[in-house]
Amino acid sequence: MALDPTAAREQILEFCKSKTKTKFYFNDFTKLFPDAGQREVKKVLTTLVNEQVMEFWSSGSTTMYGLKGAGKQHSEE
Amino acid sequence: MAKHQTPLLDQLESGPWPSFVSDIKQHAEFRHANEGKVEYQIPVDVCDDLLGALELSYVDGETHWKHGGIVGVFGYGGGVIGRYSDSPEKFPGVAHFHTIRINQPAGKYYTTKYLRQLADLWDFRGSGLMNLHGATGDLVCLGTTTPQLEEIFYTLTHDFNTDLGGSGGNLRTPADCLGQSRCEFACYDTQDLCHTLTNDYQDELHRPAFPYKFKFKFDGCPNGCVASIARSDFSVIGTWKDEIKVDQDAVKGYVKGDFKPNAGAHDNPKWGKFDIVKEVIDLCPTKCMSYDGALKINNKECTRCMHCINTMPRALHIGDERGASLFVGAKAPILDGAQMGSLLVPFVPVESPYDEIKEVIEKLWDWWMEEGKNRERIGELIKRQGFPKMLEVTGIKADARHVLEPRSNPYIFWKEEDVPGGWQRDINVYRKKHAL
Repeated sequence: MALDPTAAREQILEFCKSKTKTKFYFNDFTKLFPDAGQREVKKVLTTLVNEQVMEFWSSGSTTMYGLKGAGKQHSEE
Repeated sequence: MAKHQTPLLDQLESGPWPSFVSDIKQHAEFRHANEGKVEYQIPVDVCDDLLGALELSYVDGETHWKHGGIVGVFGYGGGVIGRYSDSPEKFPGVAHFHTIRINQPAGKYYTTKYLRQLADLWDFRGSGLMNLHGATGDLVCLGTTTPQLEEIFYTLTHDFNTDLGGSGGNLRTPADCLGQSRCEFACYDTQDLCHTLTNDYQDELHRPAFPYKFKFKFDGCPNGCVASIARSDFSVIGTWKDEIKVDQDAVKGYVKGDFKPNAGAHDNPKWGKFDIVKEVIDLCPTKCMSYDGALKINNKECTRCMHCINTMPRALHIGDERGASLFVGAKAPILDGAQMGSLLVPFVPVESPYDEIKEVIEKLWDWWMEEGKNRERIGELIKRQGFPKMLEVTGIKADARHVLEPRSNPYIFWKEEDVPGGWQRDINVYRKKHAL
């Protein structure tokens, strides 16, 4: 089943806001859409990053996604 | 006088080897002298504070770096590795000390102009310290601050016509050997394959969606100059199907001493005259060679160890039916020991646009992205779900060459649908041929 980007976007944002943690693995999002392809989910996330609604967090070896401004920011590092 | 006393680091300079401590001290002096009148965009004493911070780590026996963070360039999930000092008051020059990975060109061919430009950029906007090259293959620039990242990225992409490399849960920057540009053993064009896949998989390189890192490496022949079989999740190693080409006159030339073995490398007068039996025939791992005035090779037994070809390159040459073998699942972790790649495809032609190779890669990725746990390399997934599962997802038929030790490991598990007739047999039909 094809993913509805608008609905998926809302679901992703709702999911992020509903959690106490602020950083998420890519597969946390794919679990939200068990019937959708991973590349479809990735496209929605990429759009959210490009719109600066979400941002990447990287340890160097692992990369995670989070809402922009949520959690520790680099000004606090 | 040095900003920080560093007796423990100074001790590292006393050994017989070149020391990174001396290099950093030299660059600290270079920055302070600033003969080029560079308008440094990060603290001038970054190198001094780096030495001070490192000395403190040696004294305390623990790191004073904090790794990771939101730092990066817009739209990219990799290529920048955030690093901060946990003692910025003591070492303000390294309060931020981020690393930038730059995608190296295929075969690591640079012009001196490019390297000069890059060194100038890094003196201007970074510490000036670089690592050519990191283990993944990137050209690594060490130490800059957050406000400099977008500026550096702009210059790299707009003026230097290059790009960031991979980090995090991305495809890491693909790396290759020099291939056919310099090497007569190369069985395919490593640079073209490396460059093509780097371009084709830009999204995977810059926007993370994998459970963990994924590395491609390309060796042109089984000599494995980039050690792809040990260091990459997906390793492509050049090989050939037909026979090693032999020039018997040149073999005789080596025996007579007309040509130096190993093209003159590993030369030592104490070793005496070249002995083809001792130095080639007896060292063949499968004992598939003999010499009785002419060199004979039982090519069916050859495992492509390359020793005979390396020793007598003028006499022996790779075959003409060339391609590559594909190996999957190597990793070299710090904690639980290295794992070599497992053979998945014994032979594949390597021809542009490389669709056969890309098909295997994409099937592996789909499986790993679906089933892989966070921070699980594909080699660990193969161990967890089994090699036959990888064959199933890639649609590759099981082959004797997939079995690690075919003579000692009989544990091959068949599925019912793989066996003609399944598990149910008509006992009467069977008994007609096999009496009690």
